[in-house]
Amino acid sequence: MDYLLIQVLNGVQLGLLMFLLAAGLTLTFGIMDLVNLAHGSLYMMGAYFAWTLIGWTDSFVLGTLLALPACFLLGVIVEVTVARRLYARDHLEQVLATFGLILFFNELVRAVWGPDGKSIAVPAFLNRTVNILPGVPYPAYRFALIAVGLVVAVVLAWLVARTRLGMLIRAGASNRRMIAALGVNIELLFSLVFGLGAVFAGLAGLMAAPIASVKIGMGDDILIVAFVIIVIGGIGSIKGAFVAAMVVGQIDIVGRAFLPDFLKTFMGAASASAAAPAISQVLIYLVMAAVLVWRPTGLFGQRS
Amino acid sequence: MKSTLVGAAAVAAILAFGLPPALAQQGVKIGFVSTFSGPQAAIGEDMRRSVDLAVEHLGGKMAGKPIQIVYEDDQFKPDVGKQKSEKLVQQDKVDFVSGYIWSNVLLASLKTVVDEGDTILIGANAGPSQIAGELCNKNFFSTSWQNDQTPMAMGEYLNTKGVKNLYLMGPNYAAGKDMLAGVKRTYKGKIEGEDYTKWPDQLDFSAELAKIAQVKPEGIFIFYPGAHGVQFLKQYVQAGLSKTIPLYQVFSIDAITLPQQGELALGTLGAQEWVNDLPNEQNKRYVADFKKKYGVYPSYYGAQSYDAIMLIASAVEALKGDVKDKAKVRAEIAKANFKSLRGGFKFNTNHFPIQNFYIQETVKDADGKMTVKTIATAVTDGKDPYYQKCAMK
Amino acid sequence: MPAPWRTPRGIITVLLLLLLAVLPLLTQAFDQRYLLSVGTRIVIWSIAAVSLNMILGYGGLVSFGHAAFLGIGGYAVGILSAEGYESGWMQWPVAIVVAVAWATLIGALSLRTRGVYFIMITLAFAQLVYYLSSGLAAYGGDDGLNISRSRFPGLIELRDKAAFYWLCFALLCATLWFCSRLVHSRFGHVLRGARSNELRMMALGFPVFRYRLAAFAIAGGFAALAGILLANDGAYISPAMMSWVKSGDLIVIVVLGGIGALFGPLYGTIAFFAVEEFLPPLLDLLHRGWGEYWQIVFGPLLVIIALYARGGIDSLLGRRHA
Repeated sequence: MDYLLIQVLNGVQLGLLMFLLAAGLTLTFGIMDLVNLAHGSLYMMGAYFAWTLIGWTDSFVLGTLLALPACFLLGVIVEVTVARRLYARDHLEQVLATFGLILFFNELVRAVWGPDGKSIAVPAFLNRTVNILPGVPYPAYRFALIAVGLVVAVVLAWLVARTRLGMLIRAGASNRRMIAALGVNIELLFSLVFGLGAVFAGLAGLMAAPIASVKIGMGDDILIVAFVIIVIGGIGSIKGAFVAAMVVGQIDIVGRAFLPDFLKTFMGAASASAAAPAISQVLIYLVMAAVLVWRPTGLFGQRS
Repeated sequence: MKSTLVGAAAVAAILAFGLPPALAQQGVKIGFVSTFSGPQAAIGEDMRRSVDLAVEHLGGKMAGKPIQIVYEDDQFKPDVGKQKSEKLVQQDKVDFVSGYIWSNVLLASLKTVVDEGDTILIGANAGPSQIAGELCNKNFFSTSWQNDQTPMAMGEYLNTKGVKNLYLMGPNYAAGKDMLAGVKRTYKGKIEGEDYTKWPDQLDFSAELAKIAQVKPEGIFIFYPGAHGVQFLKQYVQAGLSKTIPLYQVFSIDAITLPQQGELALGTLGAQEWVNDLPNEQNKRYVADFKKKYGVYPSYYGAQSYDAIMLIASAVEALKGDVKDKAKVRAEIAKANFKSLRGGFKFNTNHFPIQNFYIQETVKDADGKMTVKTIATAVTDGKDPYYQKCAMK
Repeated sequence: MPAPWRTPRGIITVLLLLLLAVLPLLTQAFDQRYLLSVGTRIVIWSIAAVSLNMILGYGGLVSFGHAAFLGIGGYAVGILSAEGYESGWMQWPVAIVVAVAWATLIGALSLRTRGVYFIMITLAFAQLVYYLSSGLAAYGGDDGLNISRSRFPGLIELRDKAAFYWLCFALLCATLWFCSRLVHSRFGHVLRGARSNELRMMALGFPVFRYRLAAFAIAGGFAALAGILLANDGAYISPAMMSWVKSGDLIVIVVLGGIGALFGPLYGTIAFFAVEEFLPPLLDLLHRGWGEYWQIVFGPLLVIIALYARGGIDSLLGRRHA
């Protein structure tokens, strides 16, 4: 029973991390209709900024807190120089341009920080286990991750549902031209939204760093998962991104934890060991395909 | 305006293309294919540093002829690796090709170099079983190992240590499967579980680690090369498992990853054919000079690359610089008459080395830096299990 | 209206095709064997890019899984070769049929979606094929498989680099010709019309879904042809042929060259390969050691082209008629 609880928590933590990454993506896609392949690069930059700032300030908390405005700034710069000119364009041209940005950022990181990966250590105060139930230890850092993820989700929900900015975001997702016609400073709004997306992506990157590593191209493969999540959830929907991320997180963990044993019940041990990882790799795509067949615009997407 | 643009581009193209061959000198030209971009670039960098150091130790010359190394980036893609190999052989007309970290890149490039190009390839890392067996070639030599040998060595060691059961983890791709299969070849205890994780990227190992915590094996065996080794180790320690279940690894903790893994790696045991404290003169010099020049320890990737250059040098010197007769060059290379960083060095019939494998423990050195130390010899004069499939006898 | 080949674009295109046609003779004369290898690869990838242009450029269907068809073509040939069926007459048709069948199947499912959802679902199916081939341990998994080239006894020896090149070039010309006929046929007009205004085409009574499905299947078949040639070029197959990165590269190539332009994919492929080959040595000329970081230049170059050269390279060559 505790084992199951631990695996569920693992799924929650993974899902929340993915949600952070997907939230920014679904915002830019939903409101600005922008396919931003460079979102993974923003994830990577967040981790690298954090590494540098933690090194300078010698404090995990201070370093990460400073990294967030740095990500925001980076997001705004990218928006003003490149993204802004792409809103009116075809998705394909957006793909081309943001693909170019990925190449640029990967090489930039290599030139500035070197080819070796970097490491961010789990801060000392979180470097222990916590007993979630008596006798059931769980890494404290991952708990912190869950906590931060939930806080961000709540803040985002509040932002979208109860603030003026959120209202503009929701309106913009439905009908961009209308809010421009109503006199809202669209340019500022879009810069803000893009910057916000960059902050979330960077936050995901720097939070993942102590668990994983800070390396060139770390955002490129995760990006695909993020796209799968926002498609499952429905483009433009934060709620959708949240639900989809949690679902994907659970399925991924549960798949890896229980699939081999499940397969062993009707397959030989060797085939089960071989089949399980293969299935678990394509699992999220199968889920996405199934959702799209049932709801062609995702779970909470706009019906056209 | 647009036509001038096109014209300028054409001129630039011709210049760029025409120049490299023109810069070729009368020397010994060695092509080196490795990964210099992307997340695994650190490995390529280590190899390049070692090759540069080897050239420096040789005084920049082999048999009086200047050495020219042409580095090419395979970008971790087999088709790019093949393309670059083609370029080295067909355009740059190198005398030797070396490098190749990854099995799939090597397999994709093999024919181009050794058959179509009739050029000698000294593999400095990848050791796929196909090339040790049915694809063995008179032009191919390895200064590394065959993929199965290293985990097999670990398996032997675990037997002698009396580890009764083991949990295996590795990434779900060819090399990962080979490594786990390799340890199963020799390990006689019980396999409690076998997990193949996503390749190329699994961010989070929590599910598998939770499983291991449940099963409570006597040891975990892993293969997570490069950056993945850093990721796994961190999570293994964070899950509290480092206190209860010892970690046995191949290719996952080395001089490249240790700066990032730091003290988390203390006490882990690994197997490899080269450790930086092997007690021979040339190794001491190599490690000392590398550390002095670059501030970090070299890894086995680098040591294997250094050996490749020294092997080539021995053949070139023996032939007094005349490398035109390929058959003679092959014969000299096969003699392996050079001072390897591993001490003695000889080739098996399939041109893979017959060598010892050592067990190393991760420790802190006198300066407080993380490094590895030899604690045992797991295998002596080990041969790979595929050489009999090779047609060369 | 001047004859199509008298325009700057026309002249350049004709020169390009002539250059490609005689490439083996040139490379032999100047002893540039490597250039022939590069040329072969350009020609093969151009076939793949033209096939993508059929649905993406003209049909507006952004398939992010196109590389999977290359993989299917390559693997069909590779697996048959490994199992002892080396005759090209048997391998090639089987490979194309399998690819067309698969394209029809996933097209039927994917074409129910629109926009980015279509992109993602085509990606999903491609990933499925990718992971499946990675899992085929018998055929190398992701180590890949070295294979023997297809045999066409008495007709052509594919190991002959020049002969192989000319075969690829001939197939490229055939593909371009077919694409041109397709685009100007009624079928093509329906497809292009549906790209601009789907509702209107349906209102006019055209079963748009069926037209698109047919186009998708045809494009898959031609992509498989490119895959077959790729497998024979290197005598090697691996899942890397169909990674999503390759699908992305194809999209970049088609957009770079000019969407919906007949020779756009050709320009795009040449530009893409040319940059990879020539930019590093060029940068090294400026400053030694800079060549390694060529992507710092290439990336922004793509951004600039996306922003300022609408219509890709094709648009740089002059205005188009019709």
